[in-house]
Amino acid sequence: MNGRRVLRMTLTTFLAMVLLVVLWEGYKWVGQQTGDRVPGTDIELRVTTDDLTMPHAKDILAELVSDIRDGRNTLPMSVYLLKKAWFTLQEAAIGFFLGLTVGLALAVLMLRWRVVERGLLPWINVSQTIPLIALAPIIVTWGRINDLPDLFSISLIAAYLTFFPVAVSALRGLQSPNVADVELMRSYAASWGTTLFKLRLPAARAYLFPAFKIAATLSVVGAIVGEISIGTKTGLGRAILEFAQRYAVFPERLYASVIGAAALGLSVFGLVSLVERIFTGRTREVVA
Amino acid sequence: MSEAAVVVTGVEKVFGRGSAGEVTALSGVDLTIEPGEFVTLIGPSGCGKSTFLRLIGDLIEPTAGSVDVFGKSAHQARLDQDYGMVFQHAGLFDWRKVAANIELPLELKGWSKAERTARSREMLDLVKLPDFGGHYPRQLSGGMQQRVSIARALSFEPRLLLMDEPFGALDEMTREHMQGELLRIWRETGTTVVFVTHSISESAFLSNRVVVLSPRPGRIHSIVEVDLGERTEDTREDPEFFRTSTEIREALRAVEDGS
Ligand SMILES: Nc1ncnc2c1ncn2[C@@H]1O[C@H](COP(=O)(O)OP(=O)(O)OP(=O)(O)O)[C@@H](O)[C@H]1O
Ligand SMILES: [Mg+2]
Repeated sequence: MNGRRVLRMTLTTFLAMVLLVVLWEGYKWVGQQTGDRVPGTDIELRVTTDDLTMPHAKDILAELVSDIRDGRNTLPMSVYLLKKAWFTLQEAAIGFFLGLTVGLALAVLMLRWRVVERGLLPWINVSQTIPLIALAPIIVTWGRINDLPDLFSISLIAAYLTFFPVAVSALRGLQSPNVADVELMRSYAASWGTTLFKLRLPAARAYLFPAFKIAATLSVVGAIVGEISIGTKTGLGRAILEFAQRYAVFPERLYASVIGAAALGLSVFGLVSLVERIFTGRTREVVA
Repeated sequence: MSEAAVVVTGVEKVFGRGSAGEVTALSGVDLTIEPGEFVTLIGPSGCGKSTFLRLIGDLIEPTAGSVDVFGKSAHQARLDQDYGMVFQHAGLFDWRKVAANIELPLELKGWSKAERTARSREMLDLVKLPDFGGHYPRQLSGGMQQRVSIARALSFEPRLLLMDEPFGALDEMTREHMQGELLRIWRETGTTVVFVTHSISESAFLSNRVVVLSPRPGRIHSIVEVDLGERTEDTREDPEFFRTSTEIREALRAVEDGS
């Protein structure tokens, strides 16, 4: 049963990738036939299909196995990206757990005191309208003034993205038990804390895990954006930045590094899904 | 002199006092329930039966009057965990197996794992579900879930059992079966029961006394004494059972006619 699920997931993922390649190559082929015009018209395609703008899928894939210089060594591109991703993963992981802790703590505070909910919730929403690119240099400057490693500053940037879905979903989940369930705990003279652990938290699981999955992917996004905006020496973000600057020479390399970033995002998503299966066992998600 | 199980004195409950939607759910209610008694509350929808029960259980507080349970305030009785409650919906926690649901109140009281397991097994036997401890609630029918809910309420031998239309969602046959089970458990444990229902026959079959409530505002209209002795399945065909049912029905008619 479990094995079949995994098989189905793998198959769907594979099919989705094939579809993406087919669309990519199809668009490119049509553009090449019509001289970058919408077929049968004079309207120019917004994205041209030459090899610089849209390299062939096979060239991008080939790039993943071809060699690249890393300092004094030469490595296959995929190994190179894996090394870079390892740094990004560390930043993302710290950011994820930090955001998770802060998000959960905020949710519990808002649950406990209505005033806190009313005062804090609008600010939590506003926090996500501040562009990350603007925030990143500020956080890094603070970090450097206080002698914190850049890795930690980048984690903070990732945490800034991840705490939000966790806080919002956790609050909804903690408030999800119906009046009768809460009254049952009350009839047992259960304390607020006991009610939290025996009723509200278990009931919130169905809300929490979808949020954790979003937060996991966001933590990778946050880490990469953080790296790019502060100019670290390593990490996937750094690799993307470097390849972007040399796009005119090696366009495939940028695409390969983007694939690396997507793969990292998918991996953490999968990891959290796995943890979810272990934790929720047979009880299924009830809401999105 | 044995102290009463429940003494309700001059109780009034107004919801949303001062607001546009102010509702007087109960007004001038006095009632004394003896230990070991089985008392049923009956009345038209919205007359305040659930409110009455929730007041006794200290889930809400009266706006006037007092509720005493076993010689102390209802609040103290709740803190002393004197109450077992069963609602219309079984309200089992779906992430806990059946046995773990029954053990929930025991867990909160700090019983050891061994004691809890032993007790939940006893309770499962009592409600005739000995093989279902390892199931999840959603794997059980509505009637079976309701029996688990009763087992959970009885597991810690509460001195007072408050039940709000616990059999409302069941079919007639299951319902009659459950009534028999409840009476058996009540006799075996000697607990005091306050029971809310819409069913005349259910109230007559189960209780020592039937309290008929009238609506807007909720008041006690009359109290019907039931004298049917030991209940068996034959009781349902007993002339005295019909006489009692008729008496309750007439009281309810009078209530509906607004007298
Ligand atoms: N929490 C509340 N807030 C405001 N009004 C309430 C509340 N609970 C009950 N009421 C009102 O009090 C009155 C009595 O309600 P209650 O639930 O006690 O009736 P009931 O006899 O149990 O009805 P039913 O047989 O339909 O369950 C109703 O008019 C209801 O609208
Ligand atoms: Mg009711």
